[in-house]
Amino acid sequence: MSASLTLNLTLTDWLALLSHFLSLSLLAIGGAITTAPDMHRYLVIEQHWLSDSQFNSSIALAQAAPGPNVLFVALLGWNVGLNAGGGMGAGSLSWVYALLGVVLTMLGIMLPSTTLTFVAARWGHQNRELQWVRAFKQGMAPIVIALLLATGWILATGHGSSLNNWPVWLLTGASALLVWRTRLHLLWLLAAGGLLGWFGWV
Amino acid sequence: MAAHQDGASPRPSSLADLFWSFTRLALQGFGGVLAIVQRELVEEKQWLTPEEFMEDWAVAQILPGPNVVNLSMMIGDRYFGWRGALTAVAGMLAFPLLIVLALAALFAGIADSPGIQGALRGMGAVAAGLIAGTGLKLISSLKKNIMGAPVCWSLLAITFIAIALLHVPLVWVLLGAGTLACVWAYRQLGKVQARGGRE
Repeated sequence: MSASLTLNLTLTDWLALLSHFLSLSLLAIGGAITTAPDMHRYLVIEQHWLSDSQFNSSIALAQAAPGPNVLFVALLGWNVGLNAGGGMGAGSLSWVYALLGVVLTMLGIMLPSTTLTFVAARWGHQNRELQWVRAFKQGMAPIVIALLLATGWILATGHGSSLNNWPVWLLTGASALLVWRTRLHLLWLLAAGGLLGWFGWV
Repeated sequence: MAAHQDGASPRPSSLADLFWSFTRLALQGFGGVLAIVQRELVEEKQWLTPEEFMEDWAVAQILPGPNVVNLSMMIGDRYFGWRGALTAVAGMLAFPLLIVLALAALFAGIADSPGIQGALRGMGAVAAGLIAGTGLKLISSLKKNIMGAPVCWSLLAITFIAIALLHVPLVWVLLGAGTLACVWAYRQLGKVQARGGRE
């Protein structure tokens, strides 16, 4: 990717990548996508391991592909690895790094949450009338919704907040409205976005 | 759940059946798998009744982690224990992961063309809208929230501002606003119970 970076990641950096995703895993209430703003803060703003366009296209690609949306995390790891290996053209080492990135990020985001879910699901099922269980459900609801809205916001303004970006914002706003108000298949929306971008209209 | 233990209800015949069923599910789910899960597991295969599905979904949603993965794991666990849980998650992730990586590799080769750059930018803008739109959809579920509209909207606004505009790390927002919200909801539930409300 033209906007890609070249990194020199140490063992400590790889461990930091793993531990950041491990730490986000238990916070991913409402799905991995609700932790996307924090991944963006860490990977793009703080560490400069990914460019904005790599971050956004990882999410776009995972949304466009079949399967759970959590796979955008695998793509984030993939791109960090590619950047560390000097990019796609740099040979087999960059593929190894890319796969290492996939393994570390997916392991990190999945392991704590699935372990907790495995243990807690039966307990939660048996105790769903308990006041604390219900308080947690009710209390977290507005926060989970706000996290989804914030993710949309951060992705839409990722290319900068210049007014020149108004077609991008319009497209984001329009797709949000269509998802909210219609039952249009999401693939049509993604295809439309792809075409508009292809012809340079956004 | 009892209905599934008497042998009368449909259930996956083997771990392989479980794996391929979830693979099939995952490969049909563009832009999110939940709708497909409901249609396949409840309506087609009838492994779950609609009520069981709603209960499991609620738990999958409040626990951290990808909701659909959580749900698959819970269902797999119910039929085949931890091996079922692993198998269901593997079915959900293995083939979609290969596809998404293949797409990424393909895109990387031609990613420098302005057309592809533009298409990804356009799709990224739409993806942002899909996520925000899902959030907008869920707002209507707050009407029944025990905390009441003013508190819900305040929590929503505070969380949005902290994350989207101030870039506060998620952990602080969840610990701060989350704890406050849960304690408040607990109090409200207590009040309703004390009044002998229908909740």
